[in-house]
Amino acid sequence: MALLEVKNLTKMFGGLRAVGNVTFHVNEGEIVGLIGPNGSGKTTIFNCINQYYTLTSGDIFFEGKSLKGLKTHVICHMGIGRTFQVVKPLSRMTVLDNVTASAFCRVGSIKEAQGEALRILEFSDLMDQKDKLAKSLPIGKRKRLEIARALATKPKLILLDETAAGLTPSELDAAIELIKKMRDSGITVLIVEHIMKVIMSISDRIHAINFGQTIAEGTPHEVANNPAVIEAYLGEAYAQC
Amino acid sequence: MEKKHIPYIILGLLAVAFPFLVTSDYYLHLVIITLMWVVIGSAWNLLAGYTGQVSFGHAMFFGIGAYTAGIFVTKLEISAWWGMAFGGIVAMLIGLFVGWVCFRLRGPYFALATLAGGEIFRLIATNWESLTDGMVGILTIQTFRSKLPYYYMALALAFMCIVVIHLIMKSKWGYYFVSIREDQDAAESLGINTTLYKNISLLVSSFFTGMAGAFYMNYMGFIDPHVVFSLHYISIMAILVGIVGGVATIMGPAVGAFIMVGLQETFRSAFFGLAPSWTSEAHALVFGLLVIFVILFLPNGVVGDWLKIKRNVFRVRASSERY
Repeated sequence: MALLEVKNLTKMFGGLRAVGNVTFHVNEGEIVGLIGPNGSGKTTIFNCINQYYTLTSGDIFFEGKSLKGLKTHVICHMGIGRTFQVVKPLSRMTVLDNVTASAFCRVGSIKEAQGEALRILEFSDLMDQKDKLAKSLPIGKRKRLEIARALATKPKLILLDETAAGLTPSELDAAIELIKKMRDSGITVLIVEHIMKVIMSISDRIHAINFGQTIAEGTPHEVANNPAVIEAYLGEAYAQC
Repeated sequence: MEKKHIPYIILGLLAVAFPFLVTSDYYLHLVIITLMWVVIGSAWNLLAGYTGQVSFGHAMFFGIGAYTAGIFVTKLEISAWWGMAFGGIVAMLIGLFVGWVCFRLRGPYFALATLAGGEIFRLIATNWESLTDGMVGILTIQTFRSKLPYYYMALALAFMCIVVIHLIMKSKWGYYFVSIREDQDAAESLGINTTLYKNISLLVSSFFTGMAGAFYMNYMGFIDPHVVFSLHYISIMAILVGIVGGVATIMGPAVGAFIMVGLQETFRSAFFGLAPSWTSEAHALVFGLLVIFVILFLPNGVVGDWLKIKRNVFRVRASSERY
C-alpha cells in the first residue's frame, strides 16, 4: 500500500479548474518529484494534501486513511510536514524557538522540545544561526529553516515546495545533500521543484502536470524525454526534434 | 539567589510596605487603581501582544466581571467576594462565546468584531433594566472602610496575574501563542491547533480582566454601564497601557499602568489643582499625542525599548556636560 495516494483530485476556484483529475501515489521511502510550468497547479496540490484548501472532488489517502475534511494541524500530527514556497518564518522568534515551537508537535515538555530542536538544527546545519531572529536570515537560510521546522514535527512524509529556488550553486548542492539525508533517515519526500538539476538528480519517480492535468509520469529519464513535457516547458517546436 | 532577582525582591518589599510608607488615602487609591490596571493591561497583552489578536473590546470582560459581582450582591445576596471568583469565570464564559464568533475573523476584522462586542454588552447592560437597573447602576456597601485590605487584594491579583502569564509564556502555550502571532498559516501547518490556542489565550485574558472588573465593583461600590463598559476609559485605556508599557513584554503593562494612570490622574485633577483652567478632557488629546510618540520612537514600548531610552538619555546628558 502506498504511503500517500491522491485519487482523482480536482480543485476548482470558481470556474477555474486549477487541478483536474490528478491521480498519483508516493511509496514509503521514495523521493517523488512533482514538476510543471508556472501556474500548473503544483502548490495547489500541496495545499489540497494538507487541507489548507478543501477539495472540490476526489480524495487523498495517507496510510490508507482519507484526509478529506480534516484540519491542517491534524494532518501535521498524522505525519505530513510541509514547507512553503513563499517562506513563512516566525519572524520575531529566534531560529531555535521556531524549531522548538514545531517540536512541541510530538513532545510535551520544554526541555524535550528544545533538545529535539537542537538535534534538528544540527541535522539541517543551522546550529550557528540558532540565536538569530528568523527575520534576519538570508533567503537560503530561511528555506533551510522551513525544512528544519517541518522536520521537527517528525513527519513520515515531507512536502517540499520549491525549497531550492533562489539558492546559490553551493547552497543548491547542500540542499540536495540535505534532502538525500532526509530520505536516508526514513522520511518519504514529495518535492515540487523547477530546478532540473535538483529534481533530476534526486527523484526516484517524477509526476509532470500542466494546466492541472497529468501529462507524464515515470523515471526522471522517461519524463525528461517525454514529448508532452518538452512541449509544456519549451514549446511545440522543440517537441518534434 | 541570583543577582538579577534582587531588583524584583526590593520592588516586592516596597510594594508590601507601601501602605505604611505612604499613609495618604488619596495616593493609596491611585496605586490600587494602578494595580487594577496592571491586571487588565497584562491580560490584554497576553491576547494582543503575545497571541497577536488585538482586542478593542476588553471593557466587555471588565464590565461583565463587575456586573457579575454587583448582581450577586443585589439580586442573589451572595457576598461580593464570591462574586470576584465568579466575575472571572462568567467573563471567561462570555470569552468562550466571543472567541467562537470572532475568531472566524483575522487581524483588523477581529479587532473590529471585539469593538462591536464591547458596545453590544454596554447596550445590554443599559437596557436590561430588570437585571442591571440600567443607567441607575448598581450601588453596594463596601466591606471595608479602610483602603488597606483593598490594596493588598489588588497587589495579590496583580502579582498572580503577572506570575501566571510569565509561566504560560515559558511553556508550550507561550511558544504556540507567539507562533500564531507571527504567522497563523505556518503555525497551523506545524501542527498547532490555532483556533484552540487562540481561544485559550482569550479565556485566560478574559478571566483576569473579569476578576479586575469584580474587584472594581467591590472596591468602588458603584458601577454603571457607562463606566465599566466604557470604550474610552476601559477598552482604549487597556490598549494604551499595553502599547505605552510595551507589548509582548511581561513587565510592560505594569510600567504602562503606572504611566497611564499617573497621566490620567494628572489631567483629571487639572495638574493637582495647579492649573484649574485646564479641563480634564485635555487628557484625550495628550493620550493621542503620546500614542503617536510611542509608535514613532518607542514601537516596543517603554520596557521593550528600554535600552534605546537609556542610550538616548545618556547621550543627552553627555552632550550637556560638554557644553
